[in-house]
Amino acid sequence: MMNSRDVVLQTTSQVTVFIIMTFSGFLFLAGHNNPGGGFIGGLMSAAALVLLALAYDLKTMRQALPVNFHYVTATGLLIAIFSGMGSFVFGAPFLSQAYDYFTLPLLGEVELATAMIFDLGVYLAVVGVTMTIILSIGEDR
Amino acid sequence: MTKTVHEIVIWGCCCLSMLHGVIFLPFAAAAIVPLFYKLFRKVHTGWFVLPVPLLAFLYFIAELPSISKGEVVQSTVSWIPSLGVDITAYLDGLGLLFALLITGVGALVVLYSIYYLSKEKEAIHRFYMYLLLFMGAMLGVVLSDNLIVLYGFWELTSLSSFLLIAFWYNRDHSRYGALKSMLITVFGGFAMLTGFILLYTMTGTFSLREIIDQAGLLSSHELFAPAMILVLLGAFTKSAQFPFHIWLPDAMEAPTPVSAYLHSATMVKAGLYIVARFGVVFGGDALWFWIVSLTGLVTMLWGSYTAVRHTDLKAILAYSTISQLGLIMSLLGLGSASFYTGGADTAIYTAAIMTAVFHLINHATFKGALFMVVGIVDHETGTRDIRKLGGLMAFMPVTFTFALIGTLSMAGLPPFNGFLSKEMFFTALLKVSTMDFFNVQSWALLFPVVAWIASVFTFVYCLIILFRTFTGPFPKEELGEPPHEASLGLLIPPGILAALVIVFGLFPNLLTYTLIEPAMQAILPTLDIVEAKKISMWHGFNTELMMTIGVIALGVALFMTKRYWMRIYGYLPGNLSFSKLYDFLLKGSQRFSKTITDTYMTGSLRHYMIYIFAFLVLVGGYFLLRINPFERHGDIVFADITVYEAILTGVLILAAVAVPFAKSRMAAIVLVGAVGYMVTLFFIVFRAPDLALTQMIVETVSVALFLLCFYHLPKLQRERSSSRMRTFKIILSGSVGMLVTMIALAVSNHQLFDSISDYFVEESYRSAGGKNIVNVILVDFRGFDTFLEIMVLAAASLAIYSLIKVRHRTEQGEQEEGRS
Repeated sequence: MMNSRDVVLQTTSQVTVFIIMTFSGFLFLAGHNNPGGGFIGGLMSAAALVLLALAYDLKTMRQALPVNFHYVTATGLLIAIFSGMGSFVFGAPFLSQAYDYFTLPLLGEVELATAMIFDLGVYLAVVGVTMTIILSIGEDR
Repeated sequence: MTKTVHEIVIWGCCCLSMLHGVIFLPFAAAAIVPLFYKLFRKVHTGWFVLPVPLLAFLYFIAELPSISKGEVVQSTVSWIPSLGVDITAYLDGLGLLFALLITGVGALVVLYSIYYLSKEKEAIHRFYMYLLLFMGAMLGVVLSDNLIVLYGFWELTSLSSFLLIAFWYNRDHSRYGALKSMLITVFGGFAMLTGFILLYTMTGTFSLREIIDQAGLLSSHELFAPAMILVLLGAFTKSAQFPFHIWLPDAMEAPTPVSAYLHSATMVKAGLYIVARFGVVFGGDALWFWIVSLTGLVTMLWGSYTAVRHTDLKAILAYSTISQLGLIMSLLGLGSASFYTGGADTAIYTAAIMTAVFHLINHATFKGALFMVVGIVDHETGTRDIRKLGGLMAFMPVTFTFALIGTLSMAGLPPFNGFLSKEMFFTALLKVSTMDFFNVQSWALLFPVVAWIASVFTFVYCLIILFRTFTGPFPKEELGEPPHEASLGLLIPPGILAALVIVFGLFPNLLTYTLIEPAMQAILPTLDIVEAKKISMWHGFNTELMMTIGVIALGVALFMTKRYWMRIYGYLPGNLSFSKLYDFLLKGSQRFSKTITDTYMTGSLRHYMIYIFAFLVLVGGYFLLRINPFERHGDIVFADITVYEAILTGVLILAAVAVPFAKSRMAAIVLVGAVGYMVTLFFIVFRAPDLALTQMIVETVSVALFLLCFYHLPKLQRERSSSRMRTFKIILSGSVGMLVTMIALAVSNHQLFDSISDYFVEESYRSAGGKNIVNVILVDFRGFDTFLEIMVLAAASLAIYSLIKVRHRTEQGEQEEGRS
């Protein structure tokens, strides 16, 4: 059912998907201090994939990104759990977060927070969940 | 008794200890065992598992000398400090005794299972995963100080037991037995959790150590008796005490190594552990004394009486286990009197505790050996039915020897360890007549008489196991080819246990001061002097010896005349009645819930909407009527409404009102989208960029979802319903809108306390280093909420996936079946 042959849509989406993906990465990284974060970033990545699926079809999208989204969800959950358990090593309770400032090459002084790792888990879980739902419904016929 | 606490610290700063490592080790192994199974198909996976219990056993043996001196190993990792939940590992005499049982028998069982379960035919990676899971959980139960953590491990043992009983899950009986054990033990577990919470309300702590420190003050509290009964429910269901024993015989559907390990040596003793641990908290009360010792006695009698009528070797052993657990339970009950008297004659009651501990060890040795023997018989002949067995002595002499040692020890004959603990058991019961409290003396005769009758039946079924299986003519027409002796690997583990039966029988004092005394001190921590007495084989011609001789004489007589009196099982109510009750309750509750569910799960989305909104209106409306939303508290200044906001509101209302009147589905989707984007604009106006972004993407994705579903949906039809229903729906929709408006007003009128948002504004950058408050709340301040939310999301996505895909698969399967 989703096999539109709209050339304009297909051509533009080839470019815009990358822009949206990049922007979602930016949103995810910026989350701690500016609008964004794992949840929004994840949703936006999923939206980019949906655009791809709408412009071509689900099969093409699967070929472009041959990932089992169950695994993406599971990886996200595992990262979230382990980032929370990491604080045990420092004798702190589950999900304690810490942050500090580092000077990195090219980027200069950057704040790195352990919350970012947890947020990565959220990001992956959201992508996996959204895509699982959409693909399940979309592929059903 | 002085206790010194030495803490083992691995890293300088943190508090993870070796002890935590040992508890964690089986879990880690459980995670990687399937990998070994995949990578090394040629090697039996059991060989990779074996080092785990072995290493843990060696660790606990290494701790033995210092624990024997009365020392304690303790270390804490904080988990949820705000709720008083810490992972505190605590190793004392009692914990060490159980830990040695769990790892020691565990190692033997793993070795045995390597030869018992074929690596080609069985899914052994699952088997070992569950077994390791159980091992870790059981270690957690006996080594945890925190009650909530203990409870968690407790339920994990029920779960792994369930998985192991259902190991051959395509058999009906396995599934039935697994479900039964799960329902009964989890019921008990919930009761125990409630008991723990009551203990918390009484003492203000979840730490067992701290509760024990306050033990003396609790007995006058009004929650004392309820807490005691709830905790006992947990212990009794787990330890298969009458009338909750019905799950254990059905649990015998598990592979025999599992029966030997979980359902005789370790898991069923967790209830005894709880009773032993909490004796100091609840003991000293008449209620505890009577419940524990009488339940134990009744269980002992019922178990041994019922064991005689069974013909399946494993069923006999199951009832025998129930009976022996009852024996130990009654001893723990009698021993609890020492908390009451506390005076000079406490030695009598501490002797009961000593007997309980000693018999606990003995039972693990002889019953473990017997289960393994039965497993060998089953493995070699293909049946466990004593009516089909006989004359195996000639073909399996080594197995016969182990069976002989095991059964005679269980029957209480010298020179085996069972004789010693049985004699000490009789001593403890005869001492009951000297108790001058709790109104015990008027019942004094009951205890030894019941125990004696139970011992006679025990003797009879021991003879049945031994003689029906191994002597007499070999039934060639039933079994065909004569079986041969089992392989060495199957013989070593029961051999070790049988050797221990003899060693502990001849040299019981190997255990007395190393294991038994520290365990007694741990069970009786409030008493000043707790000493184990030397155990000796010969103690003169006293009443106990006479009782044993009587047991032997009557037992032999009953065994010889068995076919004449077996008819009593027809007259007296069979054990099945409690099982029938269980079946009846289970079926009844299923039927009841189906009837209820069928009445409201109509499959119509409109009905569900009505339920949800009607509930909201009823509950929210009642609440609003109670607080009068229009009454103002404090001065609230409403902001002015700008032109922009007015326009947005207008469009929003228009779009929302237009939705029900939309002629086509596409128009409805577009209108709903318009509502969503208006809300997004509102978020922007009120300067909430995060919410606006999220709302916008959610809108976009849901439009895509609509497109995906579009072709599945039927044509949009005018709803045809009676005008009464229509009025009801209009009133309901109207009230929902009113309710939300009133809530909004009530919230701004009733600002009775400061909003928490100031805290977040202040702390977000200072303590979490983030300027985006929304994100900091999500990942840091309320990280646990977020964590659970993504978990829920994942579960929901899997549910949707399985709803759609599994239905698809079954439809395909049916089509293929139809074709062929």
